[in-house]
Amino acid sequence: MEIVNRDEVHPKIIEALLKADTGLSIEDALENEMILNMGPQHPATHGVLRLVLRLDGETVIACVPELGYLHRGYEKMAENMSYYEFIPHTDRLDYLAPMCNNVAWVLAVEKLAGIEAPPRAQYIRMLVSELSRIASHLVAVGSMAMDVGALTVLLWTFREREKILDIWDIICGARFTNSYTRIGGVANDMQPEARSKVEWFINQFDENLEECEKLLNSNRIFIDRLEGVGVISGEDALDLGLTGPNLRGSGVDYDVRRYQPYLFYNEMDFKIPTYPEGDCLARYFIRIDEMRESAKIVKQILDKIPQGDVLTNQPKKVLPQKYEVYSKMEELIHDFMIVNFGINPPVGEIYHAVENPKGELGFYFVSKGEGHPWKCKIRSPSFNNLQAVSHLVKGYMVSDIVAIIGSIDPVMGEADK
Amino acid sequence: MKEIILNRLSSAIPNVQLEFSEYKNELTLQIAKKDVVEVCKLLKNDTELKFIHCEDVTAIDWAKRKNRFTVVYHLFSLKNKFRLVVKADVDESDCNIDSVSSIWRAANWHEREVYDMYGINFNNHPDLRRMYMPEEFEHYPLRKDFPLLGIPGSLALPKK
Repeated sequence: MEIVNRDEVHPKIIEALLKADTGLSIEDALENEMILNMGPQHPATHGVLRLVLRLDGETVIACVPELGYLHRGYEKMAENMSYYEFIPHTDRLDYLAPMCNNVAWVLAVEKLAGIEAPPRAQYIRMLVSELSRIASHLVAVGSMAMDVGALTVLLWTFREREKILDIWDIICGARFTNSYTRIGGVANDMQPEARSKVEWFINQFDENLEECEKLLNSNRIFIDRLEGVGVISGEDALDLGLTGPNLRGSGVDYDVRRYQPYLFYNEMDFKIPTYPEGDCLARYFIRIDEMRESAKIVKQILDKIPQGDVLTNQPKKVLPQKYEVYSKMEELIHDFMIVNFGINPPVGEIYHAVENPKGELGFYFVSKGEGHPWKCKIRSPSFNNLQAVSHLVKGYMVSDIVAIIGSIDPVMGEADK
Repeated sequence: MKEIILNRLSSAIPNVQLEFSEYKNELTLQIAKKDVVEVCKLLKNDTELKFIHCEDVTAIDWAKRKNRFTVVYHLFSLKNKFRLVVKADVDESDCNIDSVSSIWRAANWHEREVYDMYGINFNNHPDLRRMYMPEEFEHYPLRKDFPLLGIPGSLALPKK
């Protein structure tokens, strides 16, 4: 963090900063206001987020977030590649939950092209989404605790996350950027070893999560730094476009899994936890509760998962299995056509949203019947959640900003696209 | 839902042009550019519709069409569990549309992004700056005439 002169910051940012409606009345306002630059390389901003702050003493009067330091132009790239080619790029959006992004992308493409994956593939997708949610929330809770000074929790939550990464390793061969799903199914079936590893993980998870909780729930410093900080009402939260745990921390029970069920979520028995307080502590509790619910869903999936194919047999839309390509003429031709020209979904426009760990992730496609989308919009939850930061930090101390950003849990790969 | 929306809108706003279309269970409402704010205000505030969640604002560049751009709003009603897509055409020669950020604050950044990527101006926007690209950047990257490889020299190096 550094104090900057006004001429060092872009004049338009200064203008936005001074114009921002503060709505604050500070008693004994200090005469000299200060402009403070935080980021983009500040460790507590979770990536490359830059905040320009207007301060009165130590109180934040206004805040202007600056994005774009990780802008890679994914929407432009998506317009220039086929639907298959973009799957690995979705890993790099929310890089803490790549599986969820993979699932979201293929579901959107399948809706556009009118393909349906076999039930086993859908169950596997649901399984990896929920495990991914646990992994993402573990990082969120750990790094949030680290931001406010409780370093041990990070090590413990990362230990748990490591086990999930090991499961990814068995399921799809990659630990981090998975690219596991395919249009019309998943890349390969879940092996029995993966299943037993998931079972083992879920059975020991509750106990280990409780251990992490014990470190935090009765930790006076942790509670004091989060309680009543960054309060936002449910109405404001919806108006500002918050989704996911951040919205549910303000008492609104909006969850895409419940409001527009996709995959087999309507057959699952799970609760949508909400907390009415709307402060950083509520957002922490939400994530802990959601991990429990996700573990519950994983258990149900393991009970219900059917046997069968994991890739639908629709040769003109879905890449055939490799052994068929090597042995059959027809499949070889289809493989060649799909790889070279794409799957050519019909002319139309669709928007499909899923519930990602960070909130509602939506893909909007405009298809002109070609192999690549005419337009692809990524509605990323972190982008929307960050919009609320300037509202949240107003009137709090500089040291609270760290806690607030930690509780919002932004991932810049997704916010900057 | 379609009938309710049609009734509410046409009774409240005189001479409003409404064109509905449906694709894969998604209802799309095409309106004229000048009606955007009025229609959106009604969609949000009407007690039966309550489209309080503005998911997304984006634009489409059709490249060779007469009305080159279409601004697309994705609205969701928590009460009815229903999504509505609202569209308004914008021509390149008159490249502006009224901002809805006074109705949903969530639209603020989305409109900045559309301005950054397509160069569509939003009237009455409280803070219309570029979202991702630097302020000095002169092009609009998501327009179809912007090359994928970028334009060499268009991004200034930081000052020493």
